[in-house]
Amino acid sequence: MKRRHNILLWAGFVLVLVAVITYIPIFAVFASTRDVPWVNYLLFLAGAILLVLGLRRAFAQPHIYRGKILGPILASISLLLFALFCFVILYASKAIPASETAVRVGQPAPNFTLANWDGKQVSLTDQLKNNHAVVLIFYRGYW
Amino acid sequence: MNDFTQRHIEIAAISVDSTDDSRKLSQAKGYTFPVLSDPAAEVIRRYGLLHSKGGEDGQDIARPAEILIDSSGMIRWENLTGDIRVRARPGQVLQAFDSTIGR
Repeated sequence: MKRRHNILLWAGFVLVLVAVITYIPIFAVFASTRDVPWVNYLLFLAGAILLVLGLRRAFAQPHIYRGKILGPILASISLLLFALFCFVILYASKAIPASETAVRVGQPAPNFTLANWDGKQVSLTDQLKNNHAVVLIFYRGYW
Repeated sequence: MNDFTQRHIEIAAISVDSTDDSRKLSQAKGYTFPVLSDPAAEVIRRYGLLHSKGGEDGQDIARPAEILIDSSGMIRWENLTGDIRVRARPGQVLQAFDSTIGR
């Protein structure tokens, strides 16, 4: 008798792929889903559940369902992807130097003059003259 | 942005990106504030925000931070994130302004 394709295994794996691929282009865009990537964690969880159910089918009913070789392979890849995701979110993102060297509240802000993208020179003292306050946003660059 | 303009708060972004890269970013996001280039990380160093060799190719870059400066040039509030993905939200900055400098 022809054995059925193990849909649960594939569905689970696809969910895991979606969990990985959607973080940067979609969920990292909004602070509410970027700071703690809860949507992606949920997608991983849903994928894991389906994979486990699919594995159970493959091993408990091998005469009906395929997947005794493919199942463990897809599950291992999924575990690796999840580990990689967690590494980036929980460790690599926090690999920033300590903040002891940073200027502190109550100190005078060092003055500077830097070029804006339109070529004009922008100085801090000028900005401060014309406004009640200035917010400097230092960012990594290379976006 | 309107909340910032109402309070006469100017924003300026700073990174080691070239003016070309800064322009691309600014135009892609529709920023109306200056996006400044500090290619040698000199100002970044002055502020103590250097992330030595933190760039993808080992370049010196800035660690992410938001710094609120009042009109006398004094730093009144800062946010030094412990995670590059987590930045201060606009509401936080406005609240910091309202509670330290006032409208």
